[in-house]
Amino acid sequence: MNTTATLAPRRFRPGFWTAVFVVLFLAFCTVTVIRFTKGLGAVTNLSDQFPWGLWIGFDLLCGVGLAAGAFTLTAVVHLFNLKKFEPIVRPTILTGFLGYAFVIVALLLDLGQPWRIWHAIVYWNPHSVMFEVAWCVMLYTTVLAVEFSPVVFERFGFHAPARLIHRIITPLVILGVLLSTLHQSSLGSLYLIVPSKLHPLWYSPMMPLHFYISAIGAGIGMVILESYLSKRAFRRHLEMDLLEPLARGMVVALGIYGLMRLQGIRRNHAFGSILEFGYEGRMFLLEFTLGVILPVALMSFRRLRSHPDWLVGGAFLAVLGFVMNRLNISITGMEAASGVRYLPSGMEIIVSVGLVATGMAVFAFAVRTFPIFPEGPVAHPKEPEAGA
Amino acid sequence: MGMGLLFDATRCIGCGACSSACKEQNKLPEKVEEVLTAYTWTTIQEKAGLNVRRLCMHCEVPTCASVCPVAALTKTPEGPVVYDAERCMGCRYCMMACPFEIPKYQWDRPVPIIGKCILCAGRLKEGKATACAEACPAEATTFGKKEDLIWEARTRIRQKPGAYVDHIYGLTEAGGTSVLMISNVPFEKLGLKTNLPADPPAMRTWQVLSNIPDFVGVWGVFLYGIHWITARREDVAKAGNHNNGRGDRS
Repeated sequence: MNTTATLAPRRFRPGFWTAVFVVLFLAFCTVTVIRFTKGLGAVTNLSDQFPWGLWIGFDLLCGVGLAAGAFTLTAVVHLFNLKKFEPIVRPTILTGFLGYAFVIVALLLDLGQPWRIWHAIVYWNPHSVMFEVAWCVMLYTTVLAVEFSPVVFERFGFHAPARLIHRIITPLVILGVLLSTLHQSSLGSLYLIVPSKLHPLWYSPMMPLHFYISAIGAGIGMVILESYLSKRAFRRHLEMDLLEPLARGMVVALGIYGLMRLQGIRRNHAFGSILEFGYEGRMFLLEFTLGVILPVALMSFRRLRSHPDWLVGGAFLAVLGFVMNRLNISITGMEAASGVRYLPSGMEIIVSVGLVATGMAVFAFAVRTFPIFPEGPVAHPKEPEAGA
Repeated sequence: MGMGLLFDATRCIGCGACSSACKEQNKLPEKVEEVLTAYTWTTIQEKAGLNVRRLCMHCEVPTCASVCPVAALTKTPEGPVVYDAERCMGCRYCMMACPFEIPKYQWDRPVPIIGKCILCAGRLKEGKATACAEACPAEATTFGKKEDLIWEARTRIRQKPGAYVDHIYGLTEAGGTSVLMISNVPFEKLGLKTNLPADPPAMRTWQVLSNIPDFVGVWGVFLYGIHWITARREDVAKAGNHNNGRGDRS
């Protein structure tokens, strides 16, 4: 990796996207104030019948899941020793870290009494999946921070700590993969407890594995998507020689995942509910066609994989399908048993969108400040907030 | 087995004395709501011509207690599933997970806690019956040792054939509960969940969680093994290049 932190002029020209970000951020702050003065009921459409909504379905499940590219790529480079992927490891770790930061901020809003979040460290309940997720997220966010820290050290010329981390990188990466394996799958285990509530199109005793493998698939999709967005925002070239083989990995992961999903539905004898074409059946078909069948079919062709537009399209579908799956499990599949329809309120959406925008802005700032891309800090971003 | 309640839907006259007594005992706002909320821990609903009490079932293996990350919900040996508001951080996993949909939340408060029936755990410790059972004028809600209550329910069902559905609700539902119900109308018509598995839902997650320590060891060694092999391969390839390719005998 190029360690010369060329201090390129960090020019920042506010543009359209900066304005969008500022508006979103202010809206986010307003909602936060209302939430902490008036309670969750004042800002969300959550209720006693539907206690978990968009902030769990999107912010937590998707935030953690789409950050899976970080552990996947560190494993590919440091454990499988495929060094050619090294140039995209740093932006991926940064995305992963921001993804987890996003999750933690969202949790602080969603928890009834977030100032007690430390209770999970003090009061133990090893029977709780949530307890395990809390610990893993906490530890893995730390691992990601340490994995990313050499970038910061390099920027300020501290080479000794950077060398130390380089020396312990193998155990660090193994720890990261272990923690990720545990909590990515545990997000699926969260729903093992509701066999009588979650629709049979999604419920399966294999959900931990479904969540793990789909996170690898969509995590890779996210790496491709993020490379593309960085390319557009910072006028970088697209590393097709790296992204094309990554797309192959995505096809394999999504393919295994798709098969496992079908097996789960067969075991639940739930194919009938697809044919009934009801609410759940339609949502499943949409999710599975867009998010699994199409990307696997398209990305199986080398011609399409090697074409930047098709590649990015395939990756986008995988990510979209992943988000739809998590929302279907947390919302669509739970509605019938709860007896109510849940649609997120405008303020819930503002929080989620505002947090994504903040993540992108921090990514853009980091890329301009630190040697994240091989060519060093990016000097002339076109539209800073569009990158991430 | 601990203590419990037996609710006989055929006897309930719907007077609401149980709800009022509960409100007083637990210092809750006076108004009894039609559905359970964080402020109404038990209420009576009219279903299929009968009056049915809604309250926490106090599972033998409570799903809420198993999912709570900070162990704010626990099953006491006397029977009640109690809640420690001081521990709760408000993740609401208990609400999501409860097969009977019992825990409710203070959505209107900036510092919210969960609300649910605690089977008058304090009174039980003093050897007293629950407030609701004591207030019931029709003996529709009976307090006692759970095994006695099962005996009593079976006796009532046996003595008047046809007068009851031949099932004690709560004996097997979600692994069994401390609150039992009998009725002359099928339980699903009373708004009670009848699709619940007989094994406690908590077992499904424990099957996964209990394997984690074993898994961590194996997966960790496996991952290091991969690194070991690939790194060795690289070393050998490098050495091979030095020897003009003759040394590649790995």
